[in-house]
Amino acid sequence: MFLEGYGYLILQGAWLTVQVAAWAACVAITLGLLGALAKLSPLAPLRLVATIYTTLVRSVPDLVLMLLIYYSAQIGLNQVADAFGQESFQLNPYGTAIGTLGFIYGAYCTETFRGAFQAIAVGQLEAARAYGMSHWQVLWRIRLPQMMRFALPGIGNIWQVLLKSAGLISLLGLNDMVQVAKQAGNATSRQMFFYLVIAAIFLAFAVLSSLALKHLERRYSPEPQRRAS
Amino acid sequence: MKKCLIGLMLVASPLMTWGASEELRFGVDPTYPPFESKRPDGSLTGFDIELGESLCSELKRRCIWVENAFDGMVSALKGRKFDGILSALSITEERKAEIAFSNTLYDTPARLVAPEGSALQPTAESLRGKRIGVQQGSVFEVYAKRMWGPKGVEIVPYQSSDLTYSDLINGRLDAAFDDAIAVSEGLLKKPIGKGFGYAGEVVKSPEIFGPGTGIGLRKNDTALAGEINQALERIHRNGTYERIASKYFDFDISPK
Amino acid sequence: MIEILKEFGPNFLWTDGYRWSGLSVTLWLLLTSAVIGLFAAIPLALIRTYGSRWLALPIQLYTLVFRGTPLFVQLLIIYSGLASLSFIRETPSLWWFFRDGMHCVILALALNTCAYTIEILAGVLRTTPRGEIEAALALGMTRSQLFILVLIPSMLRRALPAYSNEVIFVLHATAIAFTATVPDILKIAGDVNAATFKTFQAYGIAALLYMLLACALVGIFRMAERRLLAYQR
Repeated sequence: MFLEGYGYLILQGAWLTVQVAAWAACVAITLGLLGALAKLSPLAPLRLVATIYTTLVRSVPDLVLMLLIYYSAQIGLNQVADAFGQESFQLNPYGTAIGTLGFIYGAYCTETFRGAFQAIAVGQLEAARAYGMSHWQVLWRIRLPQMMRFALPGIGNIWQVLLKSAGLISLLGLNDMVQVAKQAGNATSRQMFFYLVIAAIFLAFAVLSSLALKHLERRYSPEPQRRAS
Repeated sequence: MKKCLIGLMLVASPLMTWGASEELRFGVDPTYPPFESKRPDGSLTGFDIELGESLCSELKRRCIWVENAFDGMVSALKGRKFDGILSALSITEERKAEIAFSNTLYDTPARLVAPEGSALQPTAESLRGKRIGVQQGSVFEVYAKRMWGPKGVEIVPYQSSDLTYSDLINGRLDAAFDDAIAVSEGLLKKPIGKGFGYAGEVVKSPEIFGPGTGIGLRKNDTALAGEINQALERIHRNGTYERIASKYFDFDISPK
Repeated sequence: MIEILKEFGPNFLWTDGYRWSGLSVTLWLLLTSAVIGLFAAIPLALIRTYGSRWLALPIQLYTLVFRGTPLFVQLLIIYSGLASLSFIRETPSLWWFFRDGMHCVILALALNTCAYTIEILAGVLRTTPRGEIEAALALGMTRSQLFILVLIPSMLRRALPAYSNEVIFVLHATAIAFTATVPDILKIAGDVNAATFKTFQAYGIAALLYMLLACALVGIFRMAERRLLAYQR
């Protein structure tokens, strides 16, 4: 029997973990870009909001934030809906987990993207403005593509951490592979075996991710720059 | 970038599900056989599950089972993650302050379980200095913390009962305090439960344990409460309750 | 909210009346695992950078495994997995260690932070300014003097910014201790939630406590950087 009959469930759980992590990464990258632009914007209120966001989220453990947001999000939503006299809608647990993880790692992405934006050679921006490009054209055509190169190692790091944090969603009650391993281990009294199996799966994810990252970095890394040493 | 935006919208849509009125959502923590547990293929089984399904068919609604940790049940119910708690939830005064209950479903006793041959009794003097495992958020935790905790007994709460039994088996706990039937199904009747048995007699405490378990409901859901109580009466009268109960228990567990 | 603070304040901070709990436990976990991890990492980082392949390879394998798997799974293996093995349960000395949840958590945290610290220290070691090494050799220092008087202090100093980040991560990691029945801040928050059903307040107070701890740590490290990295300013 494939892993005492639990093999299929573990693979399903592994697929769920990867999906949650992947969607959360999309949310995190989007929030990170918005946050970085907010932090670098000339408008002080935007800068303030972004700074509060990153400081708060990065100083609290992700597990605590996950529990706080996951359980409070529905309650908060209900209160808002009640205030408007509307029927509130139910938050899907997987969607909530994705949103929570994305929100947390969006703060880390903000810092990475901010550093990456600031690493672009100023000459590029000056040349673009000299050509008469509007602010949005500069952003879309010059800054974003260039920034992505510098951001890649940092984002790759965040992805690895996010993938491991996705192992915590079992504590929110979701049925990922950690939960399946616990149930399988308790049912068959072979806990050590199943925990080693999921550890191996996580390790495989990590190794695959870092290989993919190295490949991406090689394709998109900046040309070796001549530096006066 | 564009893919992420599309992805965001795709993510957002399943985020919202409007509750349909032909459905009845029950919150359950399926780590508590024989009342609620999970088969290896992931499907739910147990006395509460079958009871819930029979109530739903009486009410002509579809049962949706939402899994939730036991200690977060009441918060999740108030947060409208589901409409009722059907998870061996005892009716107690503290809980009645937060939520409403249906009529009593069943009443099962509480007992201490320990390695066979240990002379432990469910009293503070006998348990002094020992580590007792209980499920967090349960009436057994309340009883243990109130009656034994102040007298030098170490009470260790766990997220779910199966974690308690694991630690009892590997020796981290000296005893566990839980529902007698749950202990019997979850531990004693299994091969890993060899060498363990009940320690002492049934522990009675109507003020802490209440009259039995019931379906937890939101306080303002009076219409639903009425419907459920009527359906409960019907399944008692037409024998469905006894039929399901006799599958799981060889004694009468209906409320007195 | 105030009632929760009044009733559960002591639980959150130092004791629930029967044993240590809350902030004191979290601080204890943080200090012991960080210190053990750091002291173990220094020699291992040296071996990883300067040792022969046969010695460096196992260390690389160790850091790969412990950085590539989640801490939660590592803790599960150490706390639940090992306890399910009969030879652990039946060896008195081993069982005395693994029986206690606190021991398991400190071991898991220490192993995890040690792996990350080794990588940080090794990276910093590799970028030691050549001038420092050449000057030491020119002064006639022996190899061990070179290590003790020049390389290790320089490595520790330059690793300070990256290491301060790592210590913050260890603080975040201690939140996982409640799954091994250790009564840290998050466990008390869970108890308060189960007792009062006020989820947002319970976890909100926990979040605030962690924020205060993080602020304090960042402040301490900034002071240390000002003193030890003064030459960089």
